[in-house]
Amino acid sequence: MQKLTVKNLYKIFGAAPEEALVMARNGAGKDEIYRKTNSVVAVNDISFTVNRGEIFVVMGLSGSGKSTLVRCLNRLIDPTSGEIYLDGDDKAGSVTAADGENLRQIRLRRISMVFQHFALLPHRTVAENAAYGLKARGMSAKERRDRAVHSLSKVGLDAWADAYPGNLSGGMQQRVGLARALAVDPEVLLMDEPFSALDPLIRREVQDQLLKLQDEIKTTIIFITHDLQEALKLGDQIAIMKDGKFVQVGTAEGIVSQPSDDYVRAFTSDVDRSRVLTPRRMMQPALPAAEMAGLGKVRADSYLCDVFGDLSTGRKLAVVDDDGSYLGVLDPLSVFAHLQATENSTGIGGRA
Amino acid sequence: MAICREVTTQAADTAMSLNDMLKPSTHCQVPLDRWVEFFVKDWLVPNFRPAFRAAQWPVDQVMRGLEGFLHAVPFYAMTIFFVAVAWRFAGRGVAIFTLVSFLAIEAVGVYPDTMTTLSMIITAVLFCAIVGIPLGILSASSDRFEAILRPILDVMQTIPSFVYLVPIVMLFGVGMIPGVVATIIFALPPIIRLTSLGIRQVREELVEAGYAFGSTRRQVLWEIQLPLALRMIMAGLNQTLMMALSMVVVAALIGAGGLGLTVYTGLGRLDVGAAFLGGFGIVLLAIILDRITQGIGAGAEQRRANWTFTGFVKRITGFARA
Repeated sequence: MQKLTVKNLYKIFGAAPEEALVMARNGAGKDEIYRKTNSVVAVNDISFTVNRGEIFVVMGLSGSGKSTLVRCLNRLIDPTSGEIYLDGDDKAGSVTAADGENLRQIRLRRISMVFQHFALLPHRTVAENAAYGLKARGMSAKERRDRAVHSLSKVGLDAWADAYPGNLSGGMQQRVGLARALAVDPEVLLMDEPFSALDPLIRREVQDQLLKLQDEIKTTIIFITHDLQEALKLGDQIAIMKDGKFVQVGTAEGIVSQPSDDYVRAFTSDVDRSRVLTPRRMMQPALPAAEMAGLGKVRADSYLCDVFGDLSTGRKLAVVDDDGSYLGVLDPLSVFAHLQATENSTGIGGRA
Repeated sequence: MAICREVTTQAADTAMSLNDMLKPSTHCQVPLDRWVEFFVKDWLVPNFRPAFRAAQWPVDQVMRGLEGFLHAVPFYAMTIFFVAVAWRFAGRGVAIFTLVSFLAIEAVGVYPDTMTTLSMIITAVLFCAIVGIPLGILSASSDRFEAILRPILDVMQTIPSFVYLVPIVMLFGVGMIPGVVATIIFALPPIIRLTSLGIRQVREELVEAGYAFGSTRRQVLWEIQLPLALRMIMAGLNQTLMMALSMVVVAALIGAGGLGLTVYTGLGRLDVGAAFLGGFGIVLLAIILDRITQGIGAGAEQRRANWTFTGFVKRITGFARA
């Protein structure tokens, strides 16, 4: 089920976007267009679809246009050309065609956002921050506080409802940012490098928390990052962005095992596959419960490198989530075969 | 009206030095003074005097009401009020200073003049805020408006106040209210500049967050930009207040009363003692008002935000963005 559809999106900054747009459509490069028209093509012919409940990660270095792209999706930046749709591709769900009030309604109810530097209001309490979107909607004070506290409890911060953001650590502040975005119960959640400003340990912690939360809420997430490890860990689909274009779109395995060009290969060459792939990704459908009960267990979101000990026994393993329910079966033979194959294909000397 | 005055022809007869030849005034003297005089006397005053008179009506009302009120309140009540306000917003030290100052001002006999000056200052600052904060908001939201406003503010801040006293007298007459109007013109720039600066330095991401959650422009202004610019706006108000105080003596030149008049008449009669008394009152009033408004500014920050000190410094320096 398609939740978000983007078709031929362009964003050009500069005085004469029309001229630059024509050039971009005819396949001129970013540098050439800048030389000739003095306009910068930030987003260049981007098309993609995201299914309901999926995490779509856009990974790119600074200047690749990823932040501009995500801001086009809720029109904090108006795209120069192209279409954005919610739920299929009929006019009723068009974000690009929405006028002032309709756009406001979309932002109030359907698309919300998490920011890189948290963007919390320092003069409001944590609960008031989490309730920000609900207040803009005009909800009563009591109702929005209840919903804000409920949303904070999802990220484990309900005890901090009456503290001020300045008294919270970076990781906690970003969880408030997440709670604020979730409080409006959005259909699409935009996350613009949400964890980039955090320390590595904290980052890993909030990534795990996001995955766990996603299992519960199953919302559609567009996640921007410059960190390939993060992209591989979180993304159901990953798009690698360079100079305003997607150079490759695929799953984590697809990106690491079959990079489409040298740019992507350079990124993925030093990625240890066993640190990318998880039992969740490698598992096969679950067997009947009776058979599962006899197997050893591995956590779905641990990394393969952490469960090599279990895998080395050669026996099949049951993949479980944190509550212990069965998700699938992991076959060591296929795991090692896969690791060996991908290692060969991208190791020194490149693919055959 | 001729653009140039007649140039003396004798200059051409005698051998002209290169220096003289290259001087514009040898060939054409520009009578800017006459143009200005024509503009003000023959165009501005006859056409707009009633409009300016009407515009001073609200200033007049506020000023008279406030002056009457401040003079009606007994000395002890006024002292208690100011000491209490100083204590609440600026701490015990300022409160003690305020108490001693009020007693000293009364003891040397300039208390009524001080109240007159205080009502002038409050009126001027009030109108500066009413005019200046909206202009600052506009200037923060439009680069074009700021580009137009900035040179006007530069002129307002650099032009000596004596220069515009004459047209003010022509347009508004003499007396207390023209004095207040001159004070408003002089003290207006800082509140506009700092309101604009305060709003512009609110982190872009916070404004984006406001819009991303469906806020209207008005909601973003009232819930995000103004609260976060509050400290800067208060600093602007403090600057405006200080500049208004420095205009007190100048305003006395065109008939305003109060401490300024005491200084001015002392100057005219070479009465060192009287001039000193006026200055004494102005300085004490300035220190009290400065400390109290600074205290309110800092207090507003703490009460609203409860920020850590480092967080506050980061925000002021814009470091949080990096």
